[in-house]
Amino acid sequence: MLRYIVKRLISMVPLLLGITIVCFVVMHLAPGSPTDMETQMNPRASADYRERLNAMYDLDKPLYQQYLSWVGKIAVLDLGKSFSPDRRPVARKIIERLPITILINALSMLMIFAIAIPIGVLSAVHKDSLFDKITGVFVFVGFAIPTFWLALLLMILFGIDLGWLPISGIRSLNYDYLPPGMVFLDVVKHLILPVTLSAFGGLAGLSRYMRSNMLEVIRQDYIMTARAKGLSERKVIYKHALRNALLPVITILGLSVPGLIGGSVIFESIFAIPGMGQLFYMSVMARDYPVVMGILLIGAVLTLLGNLIADVSYALADPRIRVS
Amino acid sequence: MGTDFWKRFKKNKIALAGSCVVILLFVVSIFAPVIAPYDTNEINLKLVLAPPSASHLCGTDQLGRDVFSRMVWGSRISLKVGFVATGIAILIGAVLGAVAGYYGRWTDAVIMRFVDIMLCFPTFFLILAVIALLEPSIWNIMIIIGLTGWMGITRLVRADFTSLKERDFVLAARAIGASDLRIIFIHILPNAMASVLVAATLGVAGAILTESALSFLGIGVQPPTPSWGNILTAGKDNIDIAWWLSLYPGLAILITVLGYNLLGEGIRDSLDPRLK
Repeated sequence: MLRYIVKRLISMVPLLLGITIVCFVVMHLAPGSPTDMETQMNPRASADYRERLNAMYDLDKPLYQQYLSWVGKIAVLDLGKSFSPDRRPVARKIIERLPITILINALSMLMIFAIAIPIGVLSAVHKDSLFDKITGVFVFVGFAIPTFWLALLLMILFGIDLGWLPISGIRSLNYDYLPPGMVFLDVVKHLILPVTLSAFGGLAGLSRYMRSNMLEVIRQDYIMTARAKGLSERKVIYKHALRNALLPVITILGLSVPGLIGGSVIFESIFAIPGMGQLFYMSVMARDYPVVMGILLIGAVLTLLGNLIADVSYALADPRIRVS
Repeated sequence: MGTDFWKRFKKNKIALAGSCVVILLFVVSIFAPVIAPYDTNEINLKLVLAPPSASHLCGTDQLGRDVFSRMVWGSRISLKVGFVATGIAILIGAVLGAVAGYYGRWTDAVIMRFVDIMLCFPTFFLILAVIALLEPSIWNIMIIIGLTGWMGITRLVRADFTSLKERDFVLAARAIGASDLRIIFIHILPNAMASVLVAATLGVAGAILTESALSFLGIGVQPPTPSWGNILTAGKDNIDIAWWLSLYPGLAILITVLGYNLLGEGIRDSLDPRLK
């Protein structure tokens, strides 16, 4: 097992390098200099000042040197300083905002699994039943629905017409004056809509995947054996079949990381949640190169980690993987 | 793909429903000038944020412009984005997949490693980063959605090529001295087009969704050009007073994407009934 993990870790290295190169190339393909924001709008910015500013950010050096010094810094987790007026270290800016993004994504992941797996299993076991057909339609619509639009509709319904749920931020204005029990409730109320919506996107995919897995497993010989030896249908389905059908779902866990993280940009800007997605959006608008690069990188690394965890837990659960 | 395909396609309800929606969308965008009752940029300050009525089917926006007319013209944008972006993705995906699958060895290893790297990025992050650094314009959006959406197609085409290149007709072509390029593009690629067609149809839907999300965030199609996404931005700004700005454009996106997805699904079933 250890050998397998080490092997996987080593295979991550070239990917990681590739990721840094892509990030770097992307950021430097863009026309215009990051110092434009400070110089173009400023009539007093002389050519000399502009040069000094470029030198300050190493923008006067050749690209490969800029890349090498950037990677060298990343290796010690130094992502540079933000271009925004506060000049704070990028790493700290991101780290402050990471917990809320991870919390929302983890909760919505839980929600996806809790809902999609039973739906998938039931619609496979009762194939072609009314339930299967209804969930089939639900899945089709789920794939096509723009989630940011659904967010707007739910905001109108629950936030404005019914007034049950808050529609922006993660805490109320009077948060600091609430008694301890209410504080928790307040945060929960703020998280219901964002978590539900970010889960929605993954629901359709996973339930469909679960259904086809289950259908595949039910066809296998060992299920026939289980039936032949007279096990109850319940035991056959929920003990023998379900366990095997659940195995590949572990990989989905890893594969859905980029989608969830990418989606956080949309949700966090709709619901004004101060997470990494919102920071990314604001930095993109302000052409804050170091922050954008840092988040792009962290997003990719989180994806890579998600895949690694999925692969390793798959190998733990299924010994056949380790051998091949 | 032959007569069998069409026979099955015509019998497939899903495929027909999808085709109807897609054809309807084409008709709407081609005849947009005739269908739209008002000029898309005709500002009417006496009728700001008017709810839907007989004269304004989907109400008016914050400048008194007719939402229905803007949606009709917006269908052109989504059609354009969908097809151009997918076209770019297919071009890159098919060429890279063909080369990787045909030559194998290190060529394959390098290309597929690159695919793996690209797949590590949350696509939306990558698109957002590039678009905001370039000027947000409809052409930039189409190009970037295309440039970030070819990886799946590469994998599909490569898989087809690795099995097809061992077949007799390829050996025969090689025996009569056909060049690699000829074998790849004239002999093998047409045989791999079936799976690409399905992926492309679904890709159009995906590109339309992405465009609307970008325009919604204000970094896609820029106003005053109407797009479904940027009408929704106005919907969000006026969320407490004008529900119609939020409801209708999203419905248009939903129906469009649903249409392309159904069509793709229908094509898949008709190509190979066993896959169902």
